[in-house]
Amino acid sequence: MARNVTTSRKSINTIAAGALGFLMFFPVLWIVILSFKTEGNAIKAPLEILLNTGWTTESYGAVQARSNYFKHFSNSLIISLGSTFLGMLIAIPAAWSMAFVPAKRTKNVLMWMLSTKMLPPVGVLIPIYLIFRDLGILDTRTGLVIVLMLINLPIIVWMLYTYFREIPGEILEAARMDGASLREEVIHVLVPMAIPGMASTVLLNVILAWNEAFWTLNLTAAKAAPLTAFIASYSSPEGLFYAKLSAASVMAIAPILIMGWFSQKQLVRGLTFGAVK
Amino acid sequence: MATKASRSAARLMISPAVVLLLGWMLVPLSLTIYFSFLRYNLITPGANPFAGWDNYYWFLTDPSFKAAMANTLLLVGGVLLITVVGGILFALLLDQPMWGQGIIRIMAIAPFFVMPTVSGLVWKNMFMNPVNGIFGHIAQGLGLQPLDFFSQIPLLSIILIVSWQWLPFATLILLTALQSLDQEQLEASEMDGAGSFSRFLFIMLPHMARAITVVILIQTIFLLSIFAEILVTTNGGPGVSTTNLTYLIYVSSLLQFDVGMGSAGGVIAIILANIVAIFLMRMIGKNLDA
Amino acid sequence: MRSKSLIRKNRILIGASALVSVAATASVAEEITIATVNNSDMIIMQELSSKWEEQTGHSVEWVVLEENVLRQRVTTDIATDGGSFDIITIGAYEAPIWGGQDWLVALEDLGDDYDYGDIFEPVRNGLSADGTLYAVPFYAESSFTFYRTDLFEDAGIEVPSEQMTYDEFSEIVAMVHDPDNGVYGTCQRGKAGWGENMAFVGPLVNAFGGRWFDMGWNPTIDSSEWKAAINYYVDLMNNFGPPGATANGHNENRALFADGKCATWVDATSAAGYIFNPDESSVHDRTGFFQAPKQVTDKGTGWFWAWALAVPKSSQKVEAAKEFLAWSTSKEYVELVGETKGWVAAPPGTRQSTYDNASYVEAAPFAATVLNSILAANPADATKDPVPYTGVQFVAIPEFQGIGNYVGQQISAALAGQQSVDQALANSQQFAVREMTKAGYIN
Repeated sequence: MARNVTTSRKSINTIAAGALGFLMFFPVLWIVILSFKTEGNAIKAPLEILLNTGWTTESYGAVQARSNYFKHFSNSLIISLGSTFLGMLIAIPAAWSMAFVPAKRTKNVLMWMLSTKMLPPVGVLIPIYLIFRDLGILDTRTGLVIVLMLINLPIIVWMLYTYFREIPGEILEAARMDGASLREEVIHVLVPMAIPGMASTVLLNVILAWNEAFWTLNLTAAKAAPLTAFIASYSSPEGLFYAKLSAASVMAIAPILIMGWFSQKQLVRGLTFGAVK
Repeated sequence: MATKASRSAARLMISPAVVLLLGWMLVPLSLTIYFSFLRYNLITPGANPFAGWDNYYWFLTDPSFKAAMANTLLLVGGVLLITVVGGILFALLLDQPMWGQGIIRIMAIAPFFVMPTVSGLVWKNMFMNPVNGIFGHIAQGLGLQPLDFFSQIPLLSIILIVSWQWLPFATLILLTALQSLDQEQLEASEMDGAGSFSRFLFIMLPHMARAITVVILIQTIFLLSIFAEILVTTNGGPGVSTTNLTYLIYVSSLLQFDVGMGSAGGVIAIILANIVAIFLMRMIGKNLDA
Repeated sequence: MRSKSLIRKNRILIGASALVSVAATASVAEEITIATVNNSDMIIMQELSSKWEEQTGHSVEWVVLEENVLRQRVTTDIATDGGSFDIITIGAYEAPIWGGQDWLVALEDLGDDYDYGDIFEPVRNGLSADGTLYAVPFYAESSFTFYRTDLFEDAGIEVPSEQMTYDEFSEIVAMVHDPDNGVYGTCQRGKAGWGENMAFVGPLVNAFGGRWFDMGWNPTIDSSEWKAAINYYVDLMNNFGPPGATANGHNENRALFADGKCATWVDATSAAGYIFNPDESSVHDRTGFFQAPKQVTDKGTGWFWAWALAVPKSSQKVEAAKEFLAWSTSKEYVELVGETKGWVAAPPGTRQSTYDNASYVEAAPFAATVLNSILAANPADATKDPVPYTGVQFVAIPEFQGIGNYVGQQISAALAGQQSVDQALANSQQFAVREMTKAGYIN
């Protein structure tokens, strides 16, 4: 199995892949660096910034003073977790029945669900806005949870479906022979086997919901505005703003980045949308 | 295997998801279709009389429409090309034996976590700005004229930004596929004297086919409605050179506030998206069981 | 005995607190939502609003957005009666149109202390529809030319006291253009948008004798006057502008100028407070100003704009919102900014009392010039040839946003070298004709 590889070959691989990985990561690293500089220093030449400038946390202070970060943060958290869990609740039974009781039309239903994701959101913004106004859920977290749940539901169903299908049907068959009811079958047999896949699904959809920037921006004003709206207020400069923009960006992406790194294994699996084993 | 009882139970279990998505699709869609036949402008309130096919006429004859179609195709196609080819190469490299693969992988997936608005703003200001951006500084350091990305190569700049966001995704899927490749098969072919290129072409590439279709399907879904990156960098310009169909509908319905025409555009976009969807589903449908 | 008096005291206390609570229900503590742009004056207002919160017990939620996004969010909300905002930030373009459409609460009753007479009349008129005030000015501006006194001196340029022509202007710009030392001859707006590049282009076209529409509402964007003006603009920027100009709006240029990268800049007078502020600007002691240039006419060469606050009809908290307006656009607010942020940062252009204040005039060397520019701008007569519309850098009809944005995009494409000026103007003309036909102005 193991091929014999010379050390020099391995070093070359490491250097090449490391360089590429670093290049991909560099923009993120760079805003972290700039966020700890003063505005005047943040626009200097890159080498100058790295070698000759001091460090400061003043930009973080300025950003927090101007926009209430923790409010936006908790909105983001509630909206992304809430929509994901609501989505899971609805998707698990659907995916289960598609995977284990496939009908002739199952695949068509699945494909149709995915195709709803192709509807351009701008095309239906005004209708949704009017409906939300009439329901009184404009600028509420409830409204956003519902919308994000709906736009991510197809992805959730699809991912769960692919994970569930990996579970061998014989095991369920055996459980059924033993007289297990449908409910017992799901709780005692299916769920334990499906937990890794479900965790990946949850992680990926939390990320997708966290980063969603069209509905979250257009259906909120102040109360329910998540971090995407927080960033939008820094999108045009007032004076020198690289350091503040960097600090705000870091604050917006750090939670998800850290979460992603800590759950790398599930996430990598989730990132493949369950489609590749 | 499935009994009648479990079939009806299955139908019951699937129905909430189906009903919700059906509602999510049909209610706004029917309102959009309804609006598309009205003369309905947000900033000129009053009666919204029936307008017949006028809105469709105005949208389809909009000089920006053709450009937006072309830009949409270029944007989706360009990003797919870069991420699939780049993803294959990157995956092949990462599949080689090396030290610290975990750390390299962690670094490489970082762009996927960055929200589109942030990545648009960061690339626009900190990298592509010709005066204060890194590329500008590098060009100046080399004594070159800094490239003004968003006025000289606007669409390509957007393609690059979006590709940066999606390359990790393509790489990871393709890498996972590569890693599941039977090593013995590879070794056998090596013994048969197959060069590394023909090994790639005849063994690895066919093995990755399914993964590649998945990449194309999922990315196309997201790429068709690229919006935030355009909004924070170029606002669709200069001229209409970075206006895609989504952005054109945004301009009609939310910058000109012509909801009637915007809705007509929405209906057209939905029809086009469905054509693409059917095409893609055919393609992946074949691959899904393989 | 003692206990009795205690009880009595308590009773009085209870009575007093009951009174207080009655007074409090008259103005119950409310939370109002304010949508505003991220301009520096608004950021100051946001910082100082905590004082108002302390005084009144109300609280404020802020929605701070970039200008284009703000406009889209606010318009969507107000036109659909969404009711998300209690106070919105709008400009001299929207206020009369929206007021006339009955979308805004009339603001004639902000209290005796408010002193409406202190607000400059042209500003008040610019925010009224049919004589009713629908928005109160936060700051007002015209446009003039900022220039670097040190660079002009080095180049031996004397600024004439008379209004110069754009031809003379470009000659001067050529003399101070020094890109090798990181100083560009001129920075002008290139970012597309009716409130961005078209704010500079509009007065430029006026100066070259052009107009948006003739008396029959036929667009005249492909006229020779427009061609001359836009060719001038593109040549000026390509020869003497900074790289990446198509991404530069007001804020970007202000940052460039404050950073010492521009020798001249024709833009909003309200930026003077920033450029002359030692805390913000590295050229605060090396900047002068003169009138925006003219060309074949001096009519409409300086724009008129006001950022104002208004209350949408859909707001549920009109009283609290009005209280905030009465505070944030009052004389006292101007003084508060002057005392806490320095007088140079005080919101300009709205009130006579600001310009009567010795501290302001001393801190702001530009005060008199700014005031004259604002009072001289005449939206009702801004073009060489007669027109059916009002507005200097915009046309006060609802359809203008769409047309202005499109033309702005076309001109920025010409600036980027992606198409010729003639092509840009032909496209613009075609688009304007379509829009005006659609809207029923012409057949």
